Parts: sequence; structure tokens; C-alpha cells
Amino acid sequence: MANIIEMPKLSDTMTVGTLVKWLKKEGDVVKSGDMLAEVETDKATMELECFFDGTLLKIFSPAGSQVALGAALCAVGKPGETVETPAPKAAPAAEAPKADAPRQEAPPASTPAPVAAQPTAAPSAPASFGDRIKISPLAKKLATEKGIDASLVTGSGPHGRIVREDILAAEKSGSAKAGSTSKSGGASSFAGGAVGAKGPIQQERTVAVSTMRGVIAKRLLESKTTIPHFYLDIEIDAEPLLALREQLNKGLEKAGVKLSVNDFILKGSAEALRRVPDVNAAWEGTQIRYLAAAHVSFAVALPDGLITPVVKDAHDKSIFQVSAEAKSLGKLAKDKKLKPDQFTGGTFCVSNLGMMGIPKFYPIINPPNAAILGVGTTVTKPVVKNGQIVVGQTLTLTLSADHRVVDGAVGAQFLAALKAVLESPALLLV
Amino acid sequence: MPVITYREAIRAALSEEIERDENVVLLGEEVANFHGAYKVSDGLLEKFGPKRIVDTPISEAGFIGMGVGASMLGIRPVMELMFWSFYSVAFDQILNNAANVRYMSGGLINCPIVIRGPANGGTNVGATHSHTPENVLANHPGIKVVVPATAADAKGLLKSAIRDNDPVMFLENTILYGEKGEVSDDPNLLIPLGLADVKRQGTDLTIITYGRSVLHSLVAADILEKEHDVSVEVVDLRTIRPLDFDTVLASVKKTHRVLIVEEQKPFASVGSQLAFMIQREAFDELDGPIHRLATIDAPAFYSPPVEVEQLPNPQRVLKAALAAVA
Repeated sequence: MANIIEMPKLSDTMTVGTLVKWLKKEGDVVKSGDMLAEVETDKATMELECFFDGTLLKIFSPAGSQVALGAALCAVGKPGETVETPAPKAAPAAEAPKADAPRQEAPPASTPAPVAAQPTAAPSAPASFGDRIKISPLAKKLATEKGIDASLVTGSGPHGRIVREDILAAEKSGSAKAGSTSKSGGASSFAGGAVGAKGPIQQERTVAVSTMRGVIAKRLLESKTTIPHFYLDIEIDAEPLLALREQLNKGLEKAGVKLSVNDFILKGSAEALRRVPDVNAAWEGTQIRYLAAAHVSFAVALPDGLITPVVKDAHDKSIFQVSAEAKSLGKLAKDKKLKPDQFTGGTFCVSNLGMMGIPKFYPIINPPNAAILGVGTTVTKPVVKNGQIVVGQTLTLTLSADHRVVDGAVGAQFLAALKAVLESPALLLV
Repeated sequence: MPVITYREAIRAALSEEIERDENVVLLGEEVANFHGAYKVSDGLLEKFGPKRIVDTPISEAGFIGMGVGASMLGIRPVMELMFWSFYSVAFDQILNNAANVRYMSGGLINCPIVIRGPANGGTNVGATHSHTPENVLANHPGIKVVVPATAADAKGLLKSAIRDNDPVMFLENTILYGEKGEVSDDPNLLIPLGLADVKRQGTDLTIITYGRSVLHSLVAADILEKEHDVSVEVVDLRTIRPLDFDTVLASVKKTHRVLIVEEQKPFASVGSQLAFMIQREAFDELDGPIHRLATIDAPAFYSPPVEVEQLPNPQRVLKAALAAVA
């Protein structure tokens, strides 16, 4: 029997979701963990994860449609299986009766997380386990304690279940160590050996793709291959910004205020979005959504990837609030303690490699955003001021934009607006 | 220590307690002049006389009801059921009255009655004589349930049961009556109710069991050790209620694999309750699903060779144990 995948509740206030885009089409082979579609909720655009292995047999809700909570989105099953279009669900507002009535109508495969529903003693329906890892509770606990990635362990128990022995064996052999990426991969960059050192630069090895790396790979590949990027850059005079920053940090040192250049850029971006709001938008297949609030995200590098925490409503916050929030989000990100709503829902993204000495670069758009800002380093160089060549400080900002949403002129207006506010940074204080 | 039979151990417990406390009496069908249908009370009439050892009519509802009433007035009756299968005739007296007296009187009246007799299959006495009602009894708060497997446990537990101030159901086994074991002749040696006994230490599998199934489990455990290199721990519950869950839990945390063996129909049995409690309290300690071996779910088979296969036996335990450690 085919599994009907329904519109899940992706935020606690959600009643309908907009099916932004199907990532799979009918006939595609899908497996558990694959992303099937992008769904926009009242909060953010999220990916709809598949919990079954099989073939995407039928799409019930086309891209662009608004779908009530619990209504059928698609069916996944064996190739050639016939699928009946499910009867439409009752109005999503009906909160009260959900405890019993709808469950009894369609017990199998009704929710996106039905994995626990089938008793283990039903070997006739192994497919209901999908791609889940079969592991005993004890083995699971041990794997967590010992930092072993159970997905890399072969189970020796009944039906391939991973049992305690398997985890102990994996521990002994040293295989299947979770997070080995960060430990071995991260150290290589600058630490380096002594000058003239001989021997291999590192041990040749393969490292399993972590969940985070998998997400980065998938999303950025999709972004770079499906979004028509175009790139603009602009050089700004950074002296006023640096001067104001120094003045504020000095004057407010006792209050614990320490603004970074990036704080000005985040707040400046929100201000520029207010002036050129067409950039604060998202492509949704059959429509373009223009967003009322500037939720500015910023990329934070982690040992094994990166994440983009979001300063919500940056347009309505003071630079000091933005700074404090960015600081705390950055710390949470490094500690891997961000909650989903702290890294989803951004409408515009800022990526800064200035601290690494990069003069300029063009980041890949972070969907569903329409644009991303690349921030380079502050460069001290000869500039022409009032007809004189003098020593100046400049900063190059770049914009990678989605041409489906933002045209060249709009992108240019945005960068011009950003230049204007950053070169008169006192505007950001009012 | 003297080696005596399970039957003699029960007789010794009765004799010591009747001697110790003038309120202890033994009543039941054929317990006096015929010395008990299974000769448990052999010699007691001669020793204690007809006031203490009393034959009753074939009327379980009547004499159990009388015993419950007597116990409320301070007598400590030990009532023999020729077969536990006949408890259902006195269901109201046992499970409606005796079980609830202390609670419903606000603790003012207690009911120190012991009801004892054999509850087992395996002797081809047919479906109506082969019931094992420990789960039914244990389902009633206010009732204590004891199922001893060895002669020593039978003696020590029966003495505790007689001295207990609540109704205690004491389930013996006709096949065990002839089993011998070392039993202390110390009249002050009691085995408290609610204390399980680890009959065999092991590291790979916990078999939780009680009654005659303990013996089957011990035989299977030896085979598992010798032929399959599986080290089995055998936990004998001894008392179903109060249940010594601490001992069960400690063993589960040691071996991480569980097999429950019970001579009892599987539906809503003691084993199903245990399985629930174990997964609830020790989910993360389990390295495999909890397995259970029970009597095959049907009325007791009359055919002797088939009845052997209906009940737990060493071969069935062995097979179930191998599945549980897979």
C-alpha cells in the first residue's frame, strides 16, 4: 500500500502551507531522508522530508498551491502501484477531535513520522521501517555515549539489528567514529608542519558526509544550478564607519558595547532593504513573495560546515540590539545550540570573509532568499579625495542576486543604498 | 541440612506454625482423616487433633467463606484447595471479600487467611483441573501471591504467609511435591514475601520465572552454558505480589537480554506485566526485545505427550533462550 504523505505541521501556528516547489517529480525513486519539496509556512520555508523508501507515485498538490494541514501532498510506494486520490481532510481548524477520529480512519502512514507505529514482530512489512537504522535501545545508548555513528555499523542481530556487540566491535576497530570530519579535517589549515617538513601532508582517508555537510552540499548545489545568479560589487569609503565604530566603542566601553564592522553591515543591510525592498523577496515558482520584515541572517563558520543564524526584524532594531543579538546567536551557533527558529526564516543573508583578508568574493545565494551580500576586508590604499591622492580605507561589498526576482538595476540600487548608509553611518543610529 | 521433599517441607511449615500459634488451623477437603488428597497433611490430625485439622464438605464457596470470616475474627486459617482450579467456585469470597476487607474497613479489620493447594498442569487431569490463576489473583490489590519452586522456599514462604496479616494465595505444584531439596529444620527460619531469588548467576541472558518453570530454566541454562556458551541468570520471583522488581531490574541491567518463562496462559499473564515494566523502566538497557515462553494458549490438553509440549519444558526454554540472545 502506498504511503500518503500529508502536509505536516512545520510550525506551531501553521494551519496551511504553501507548496513552494517540488524537489522530486512523479516517477522519481525516493528514499527516507530525501527532501521532497519546499513548503513555506507562516514562519519559514522548510523542506519536506521523506520518511519512506519507494517511488514518488503521485503528486496531489502542485507547486504554488496552498495546502491545509494534514491534506495529502503526494504518495510514495512501489512502482506501478495504483494510488487513489485521498478524500480531502476536514477543515484544518478542527483542533479538538484530532486525538482519535482521524487516526482510526487511516492508521498506517498517516503522519510524516509514523516510524514507531509498526510492531517489530511484523516481518511481513519490513518496508515500514524504511531507511531507519534498526538498533537495540542499549546499542543506541552505547553508540551515543561512545560517539559512534550507528549508520556506519553493520548489525548482526535478527533482521540486521545493531546490538551491543556490534557497537563494542565498532569501538574496538575505531571505525564509525562520529564527527571524525571535524577532528581530523579541521586541524590542517594553518597549523601546518615546520618549514621544510617532509612526508605526507595528511593521512589519506575517506570521511563520511555528515548531516550538515550533506545539507550544505545539497542546498548550495541546488542554488547554484537552479538560481540564475548575477553579481555586482561596489567599493565604499570605510573611514566614516571605522571612525564612528571607534568612537562608539570607546564612549560606550563601560556599558559593555563593542560593535563590529559586521554589526554595521547587518544593520546597514536592513536599512538598505527598507530603501530598496524589492530585494527582500523570494521566488516561489508561480509567484514572488515580497516580505514585510528584514530578517537578516549571517553565515557563521563551524569546524565542519556553516550555519546562518537570523537576526529577526533587523529593520526594527537598533544597531546595539542587532549587535547583541548577533553576538549571542554567533555563540549559540558555535556551540551548536541554535534552535531551528533561530536559523530559519531569514530574508536576506550576509557572508563576511573580511577577517580572513579576502578583498571580495561572490557568495552563493541561500534559498529562498533573493540575494546575498559578500563582505570583504577593509583595505588601506591610495584613494582620490578632493582631487588629491591620499591614504584611504575601503571596503568592497558584493551582491549575488537571483535574476528571477531582482534585476540588475534593482541590485545596483540596493548596493548604492547600502553604500550611502554605510558611508554616513550615523544614519544607523537614528 | 536435612534433605526432604517439597511436600514434607510444606507439612513441616504447617506443623511448626500450628504448634507455634494456637490460632493457626488447617481446613479443607480430606485434609484430616484422608491426610490430604496429595498427602501434604499426613500425620497432622494425629498430632494436633480435630480442632486444628478440620475436614470440610466439598463446597469451596462455603468453607473459604467461613475461613475468610474466621480470619476477620482473629483465627489464622490455612485453607487447602484440592486443586487451585476450584478457586473460581469461591471467587467472590476470595477476590471480592478477602481482598477488600482491610481497605473497606479503613484498616480496622484484616484478613490473615492463607489459601493453598496445587496449581499446575502436566499430570493429565484435564482442562478443568489444570488452571494456574496467579495472574488473576495478582490482578487484585489486597491479595498476595506466592509460587514456590523449591522445598526450602515452600517452607520458608508458607511460614511467612501464615504469619502475614493479609490474604495470601499459596500456589503449589503436584509435580513438585516429590522434589527433594535441603531444607532447614530451624522453626524460626522465614523467607520474607516479596523477595526474589537469583537461582543461578549469569551474564548473557536473564530468565525471569517462578514455580516449576524455575527447574526447567535451570536445566536449560546448563545446556546453554555447555553447548552454546551462553551464560544464563535465572531469577526466581518466588512471590508474584508483592513483586521484587528491584532484583529483576538489576539482572536486566546486567545481562541486557530477557526471557520470561511461566507455566501460564500468555494472554494478560504475569509475564506480560513484567515485560511492560521492564521496557518501561529499563528500555535503554535492552539489547533485544523481551521474549516470553508460556503455556500454549489453549485449554489444558488431556493427551499426555501433547500436554508436555503445551507447558514450558527444558527444550522449549532452550529454544526460546536462543531466540532471546540472537
